[in-house]
Amino acid sequence: MWARVVALVIKEFLAVLRDAASRTVLIGPPLIQLMVFGYAASFDLNHIPYAVYNQDSGYAARQLLARFSGSPNFQQVATIRNDAQIAPLINDKDALLVLHIGQHFTRDLLTQKPARLQIIIDGRDSNTAALALNDVSGILLDFNQQWAAAHSQRGPPAQLVMRAWFNPNLRSRWFIVPGIVALLTLVVTLLVTGLSVAREREMGTFDQLLVTPMRPLEILIGKAVPGFVIGGLEGGFIALMAVLWFHVPFVGSVAALALGMFFFLLAAIGIGLMISSLAVTQQQGLLGVFLFLVPAIILSGFATPIANMPEAVQLLTYINPMRYFLIIVRGVFLEGSTIPMLWSQYAPLALIGLVSMSAAAWLFRHRMA
Amino acid sequence: MNRQRLRGLVRKEFLQILRDPSAIAIAFVLPVFLLLLFGYGVSLDAHHVPLAVVVDQPTAQTSNFIGGLQQSDFFDPRHYPTIGAARTALMQRQVTGIVWLRGDFSRDMLAGKTAPVAVWVDGVDANNANILLGYLQGMWQNWLQLQADQAGQPLAIPVVAESRIWFNPALRSRDFLVPGLIAVIMTLIGALLTALVVAREWERGTMEALMASPVTMGEILLGKLVPYFVLGMGGMLLSVAMAVWLFAVPLVGSFWLLLACSALFLLVALGMGLLISTLAKNQFVAAQVAVIVTFLPAFILSGFIFDIHSMPAVVQFLTHIVAARYYVAILQTLFLAGNVWPVVLTNSAALALMALIFFGIARRKSRKRLD
Repeated sequence: MWARVVALVIKEFLAVLRDAASRTVLIGPPLIQLMVFGYAASFDLNHIPYAVYNQDSGYAARQLLARFSGSPNFQQVATIRNDAQIAPLINDKDALLVLHIGQHFTRDLLTQKPARLQIIIDGRDSNTAALALNDVSGILLDFNQQWAAAHSQRGPPAQLVMRAWFNPNLRSRWFIVPGIVALLTLVVTLLVTGLSVAREREMGTFDQLLVTPMRPLEILIGKAVPGFVIGGLEGGFIALMAVLWFHVPFVGSVAALALGMFFFLLAAIGIGLMISSLAVTQQQGLLGVFLFLVPAIILSGFATPIANMPEAVQLLTYINPMRYFLIIVRGVFLEGSTIPMLWSQYAPLALIGLVSMSAAAWLFRHRMA
Repeated sequence: MNRQRLRGLVRKEFLQILRDPSAIAIAFVLPVFLLLLFGYGVSLDAHHVPLAVVVDQPTAQTSNFIGGLQQSDFFDPRHYPTIGAARTALMQRQVTGIVWLRGDFSRDMLAGKTAPVAVWVDGVDANNANILLGYLQGMWQNWLQLQADQAGQPLAIPVVAESRIWFNPALRSRDFLVPGLIAVIMTLIGALLTALVVAREWERGTMEALMASPVTMGEILLGKLVPYFVLGMGGMLLSVAMAVWLFAVPLVGSFWLLLACSALFLLVALGMGLLISTLAKNQFVAAQVAVIVTFLPAFILSGFIFDIHSMPAVVQFLTHIVAARYYVAILQTLFLAGNVWPVVLTNSAALALMALIFFGIARRKSRKRLD
């Protein structure tokens, strides 16, 4: 049996790697994506374009504005003089926000009346708007504290002292880059396995494979091994890049990540082969891969938290292997998770792998075009 | 260009679509499926965030402070007896943050000092943590205002922020995500529809048969384009209808302008697919390239979810070759802000240029020649 399996594995590797174009497709783009997305996929704001509309000639207004111009998060793009100039700036997306300081700003401050800083902000991208408002209130908080101290005013009755665990500077790159490890591993593995059976069906060679003495299990192993090797190598390499290039801290155990990768590949390959054996043409196979890949990414917690989804959709995420692997990857990278802490993630992955592999093996024989 | 020959080719392409229903599935089932998925699955609005609350010495002041948390829809406060228990809960991901009122909270407050409130959040999901901290600050400010009102004193904060949010006052993330989604979906549909069609002809050998006939290469490309353009526009209308009626996203701008811009964008997406297909000549490679150069950049580099201004300069430069970027800007503006001509015109011009480039290259690269 093993000689047959080895021969099939070699043939499968050849089918994927023989063609120069498909070789390039499997190696080049994932690396380019890692670089581009590693830098691009970030919720951290910097260079927020803002405009100043200052009607106060006092020094307090200048002091406050100096804090914005000194902050790396903000970049002043315009100074305006009247209300009519606000709308075009915001509408045309030239500025994300306008800081408006009224005439009596310094006077109010000195007489201990609450002075008002009006912020007019473009809400088209609501997340950016919310984060920018957070940054504005951060600057304001500092300003207020210093002003109160310098003018011996009574401080507020209570003050929030905030700290973030695992990611003290709240860099979203630390969150996104480990996610990209999972994302690209899934994409590569599905591309390798998702079309492998469909291609043979379309060419008619799968029927030939079925009439050989090979059993479905052997065909399954032969089809799965290339996905395992290619997906595993790329996943490992991307994880390495996350640490060495993007300097994401790696505080957990390598073994825990490797074991997680093993179970994740098992699940991804099982699903890829299942899709592939359902498809009759490559186009259908591709469509199938897509219909799985897109929800798998969206409903995994990769970019937006699962907790924000409606209850019914949250239930759906339990059948998504990405969900578990993301917890493993982020846990190992940032929180220092070890193997015993992660069994609750490994087990569902193994189960998904087992079920989908069996389904694929069954479909080999029972789905005839 | 011969009208009759072209009509024949278009008819053939339509027949092929009808025979293998996967193209119809791509044009109509995919948008519905994706919009439902994204519309319900992607949300940046946190609600009922589990928050550990530890009060060392419960007093009137502490319950007053905690009361603000309990009334808010954002938080789901859970009481823990000790800070140690709360830390364990945070470690085990049972809560996303901790608010800790120490034993001397009331004493400090009554003595007129500023009482510190320790707030710890799980920073792994940095964006979510930021939003959470923003909510907590808002709650704290409301509480301060309330305290000041009750004591009949002015607010003890020197400068108060007063924000006016235009176009989306409630900051509903769905209102900006759904229009952006239409761009992602249209990129997918357009490229997927055409990515395989030329490669398929090459792979099946029917391209040689076509070449032997009197049709010109331009007619072949146009014949491929027309049916898929019709399908794509159908998918687009379906998406807009769902955005407006199902997800209740306001369409402030003009529908016809939206339609015109969408047609332009669809041309770019189809052109991209056609080009991939022409260059690849192999369905496997075409499929992979289509996935890699269309969906993921449209998702990550278009400004649909990640802010383009904040990307490094090199990456910002790269986003200029992602067609979805221009379409996302047009869609978000037309849906939420209205017919802002400077935004619409500059982005449409960019789209038109891209369409020309893609078709130009596709036309040049497809010769009636066997290599």
